[in-house]
Amino acid sequence: MIDFGYSLTSSSRISLDNINQKKLKKITAVEPDFLKCMACGSCAASCSAGNFTKVNLRMVILLLNRGMEKEAIALIEGCMLCGKCTLVCPRGINTRNLIINILKIYKEV
Amino acid sequence: MIFNGKQRIWSEYQKEIPDDHYFYVRSCIRQNFFPASEKTFLDIVQNRLGLDFFETEHHTTCGGIAYHSDSIPQETLMTIVARQFALMTDAGYKNYVASCITSFGIYTETLETWRHYPELETKVRESLWKATKREFNKPEYLAHASDVIYKLRDRIATASVNRLVNKKTGEPLKVVEHIGCHYSKMFPSKGVGGAEYPYVLTGMIEAWGGEIIDYPERRHCCGFGFRQYLVKANRGYSLSNTHKKFESMKPFKPDMIITNCPGCPYFLDRWQYVISEMEGKTYGENSQGIPVFTYEEVAGLVLGYDPWDLGLQIHQTGVEPLLDKMGIIYNKADKYKL
Ligand code: SF4
Ligand code: SF4
Repeated sequence: MIDFGYSLTSSSRISLDNINQKKLKKITAVEPDFLKCMACGSCAASCSAGNFTKVNLRMVILLLNRGMEKEAIALIEGCMLCGKCTLVCPRGINTRNLIINILKIYKEV
Repeated sequence: MIFNGKQRIWSEYQKEIPDDHYFYVRSCIRQNFFPASEKTFLDIVQNRLGLDFFETEHHTTCGGIAYHSDSIPQETLMTIVARQFALMTDAGYKNYVASCITSFGIYTETLETWRHYPELETKVRESLWKATKREFNKPEYLAHASDVIYKLRDRIATASVNRLVNKKTGEPLKVVEHIGCHYSKMFPSKGVGGAEYPYVLTGMIEAWGGEIIDYPERRHCCGFGFRQYLVKANRGYSLSNTHKKFESMKPFKPDMIITNCPGCPYFLDRWQYVISEMEGKTYGENSQGIPVFTYEEVAGLVLGYDPWDLGLQIHQTGVEPLLDKMGIIYNKADKYKL
């Protein structure tokens, strides 16, 4: 391989056709409010775990919708299930329930 | 593809392209990248079709590369453009045709700027007079050379010796068309088919027997982007753009790529080599590349020119797979003739 002095960055384009929709459907079945998220970020801003770790529910919802499961799970594993985000979510999403189910469904082998 | 929708849009963006009597200006970089393309264009229109295309040795660069890489300001650029218009006026022509897409964009931008800010036109006229003692009329009609070939596509098809058809299977060749960004993305009404669905190359391919591929990144830039390439630190960005296009077109198994810009064929051609050296990846059949052509080269192949007279040996990605598919007879040894 030749080093030309510059590099190639692969495209970050996401093809929705290639995403496995099975788990997404499961999660919306158990917690239909998953679809209500407007990505405001209030959950992430108020998250106590997010202060010290990478926990960020807004990002997790976005990544799951893009089919980036591994990256999403890595961001929610540190959740303490304190429920603070449920209190602040302007869409009234039961975020705590959502997180429990995300962890259940996406960590299934 | 939703064909009816596209046909409607194409019909909204049609250009009246004059038949004859053009002042022709070459491209500075195409003469280095694909030197035989412009010669072929002039040979087709002047000698094969007997039309009046005039060119002068006094023509210079339009200044586009310097302008787009922020080396000269717009007023300098407009004065260079004004000098080219003065050459056209002196030669007695009213239709101006540029070989280069960058130039076409520059001429369009200049004329539009003057339309909106007539005081700038006055200033440029003064600057030109002070510098060269020249005066000029603005062209009545501005075309890109691919508009002319588009206009002549049926006459070329009638005189064709080869068609864009796989000789063995009888199937139309699958063609990727790539339009230079500055053809119609800046001023959609100035291009055949507008910005979203430019028809200029599609029309040629359909007339010459090929089939167009509609792939997701069809309208994405080739990656040249002037400073993206010219500044080495940014060059990976240019390469990544091209890579994105190839990844997107590969599943459709294109037989060839046709372009109408100086930079696009160069980068789509050369970056295939770089990607193969960096990633070990190729996009054509049998670990080869996808041959890339200018529209003049394709017109030349259709009209039966010798591939090596068309300068196809200058390409980095070998063109032989396409020549073989089209059933064109060529002498392998002549590839390296001077
Ligand atoms: S439940 Fe989890 S995500 Fe929500 S605020 Fe508490 S730690 Fe953060
Ligand atoms: S607070 Fe609610 S709506 Fe806002 S990003 Fe979090 S889950 Fe989505």
